[in-house]
Amino acid sequence: MAAPVKTSQREDRAGGFAYFHHDADVGIIGRGATVERAFESAAEAAFAVTADPRSLRETQEVSVSFVEDDLELALPQWLNALIGAARERGMALRRFALSREGSRWIGRAWGEPWRADMERGTEVKGATLTMLSVRRSGGGWEARCVVDV
Amino acid sequence: MDLERLEPAGPWTWRVRRESGAARAEAILYGDGGLLRTMDNKVLEQLTNVARLPGLVGPALAMPDAHWGYGFPIGGVAAFDPERGGIISAGGVGFDISCGIRCLRTNLASEQIAPLAPKLADGLYRDIPAGVGVEGDLRLSAGELDAVLLGGARWAVQRGFGKDSELEYVEEHGRIAGARPENVSALAKKRQRGEMGTLGSGNHYLEVQVVERIHNGAAAEAYGLRTGQIIVSIHCGSRGLGHQIGTEFLITLAKAAGRLGIDLPDRELACAPVRSPEGEQYIGAMNAAINCALANRQILAHLTRRTFAHFFPGARLETLFDVSHNTCKPERHETNGKSRLLWVHRKGATRALAPGHPGLPQRYRDAGQPVVIGGSMGTGSYVLAGMDSSEARAWGSASHGAGRAMSRHQALKQWQGRQLVDALRERGILVRTRSMRGVAEEAPGAYKDVDRVAEATEGAGLASRVAFLRPLVCVKG
Repeated sequence: MAAPVKTSQREDRAGGFAYFHHDADVGIIGRGATVERAFESAAEAAFAVTADPRSLRETQEVSVSFVEDDLELALPQWLNALIGAARERGMALRRFALSREGSRWIGRAWGEPWRADMERGTEVKGATLTMLSVRRSGGGWEARCVVDV
Repeated sequence: MDLERLEPAGPWTWRVRRESGAARAEAILYGDGGLLRTMDNKVLEQLTNVARLPGLVGPALAMPDAHWGYGFPIGGVAAFDPERGGIISAGGVGFDISCGIRCLRTNLASEQIAPLAPKLADGLYRDIPAGVGVEGDLRLSAGELDAVLLGGARWAVQRGFGKDSELEYVEEHGRIAGARPENVSALAKKRQRGEMGTLGSGNHYLEVQVVERIHNGAAAEAYGLRTGQIIVSIHCGSRGLGHQIGTEFLITLAKAAGRLGIDLPDRELACAPVRSPEGEQYIGAMNAAINCALANRQILAHLTRRTFAHFFPGARLETLFDVSHNTCKPERHETNGKSRLLWVHRKGATRALAPGHPGLPQRYRDAGQPVVIGGSMGTGSYVLAGMDSSEARAWGSASHGAGRAMSRHQALKQWQGRQLVDALRERGILVRTRSMRGVAEEAPGAYKDVDRVAEATEGAGLASRVAFLRPLVCVKG
């Protein structure tokens, strides 16, 4: 069974991820002290739909980058860059890091290639602009959108 | 859905009440009160947003299986006139471009299948690549992939996946014109490298079904359907290539809309005029993805035939029809007594050509186009036929599935995959899957009542019921 659909209980930093209701697809929420941390949490939410991160090892790293001025559009850009990279390399991802220099975003992610014995979740086709929002919330940041599955 | 916001506008037809001073076109939903009540209010919001897009002709439409999607509602149909600034919207097509159903009729009867059903289920599960991260055996060079994007199912037939004669029963005869592989990014092509001939996951499936009821004898005869006959339905789309095109153009068109002064009520409706550089670029890429999907289903049909031949050496699996339900196509339609070329978006909706339409194969000319309403793995599916009235009602369109009645999140809370698989086995339905989570998300109870959707589809004059198919084997991604 892939990751349970509930707010994560990570203790390493403030934030975490959660899901919100959407009829056909999956609404994801990432929270963090900064925009970058919130985006990392959103990526955790999206990729936990495809495989239980607790079952994954970190044997490989992937890098992505993109240019985006619009803070809201940067969220689907980030998620879609990761989804594309993961699919291109045949990998399941579990951990994410993102930094920003002006409008240039540079990300890394860790995970492993799909194994035959892995319990699979549901494929995420891409991040949409539906319910897209990146905003300050409770002293930190919250990023949310619907991902198509 | 709050029915107070609707007013009856004919049998099985509801119009969204306009707020005073609201500047938008009409929005129409098809269905009965029971079905509409199960829909989220977001369907109304999304439909009225579509009704505000430039160049819309006629109303924005929601089929009886409509549910809350992204941008357009799933089950949304809308036509745009390029002569009046009509747009094409990536959000109106969706990420899984040309997702659709290939329906195969066989010469096998249910009693022949029964003794070997578990072995057949295992064989299909082994031979049909399904599930997230699962790749196929086919590896294509860059040149070959471009040939797929130009040739569609015709390319697949030329490569030995099926026969030329079945292309007549595939929408667009297996290949849509206007594909521009050069508009497809390198990443989209890379993502497709290992994904030709794969099913995917989520609501995608391969089902072995039995014809349980015939509703319309004449149409069933034209379609070659009879009670007790085994049918195979394959539901999937353009895989990673289509997903990547969708994600890239969503951003491109969202920015183009801003630059061109198109006021988007929802950014997901990202669009550009059909006749604009951005619009034309998307159309070329989208058509390439449509051909990719047509080729993918052609390959999967071939793999299915191979598995059946192993267990049933005399089995014949012929294409009944192949319909897409995430597309935007230029089509000639009559409006106000004048034939116009319109770009018809069908987001989770199927084309349903009326009897006599010149685009139909001769065999189906009197019956109308076969339409498949794919139901859940525990209930069943319908084959329907396009009706004379479907053209005037919905630009020749109909429902594509049962439609979700509950979110995946809710379904996961309510059901467990293993328990569902066991319960379905007790009812004679064998499920093979790599994802118990996927099974729970796709629980039969998470979908609308497919009987009511099919009845409403017929009642609304979109497509009439021909046969009901009960599932026997389901391979889920």
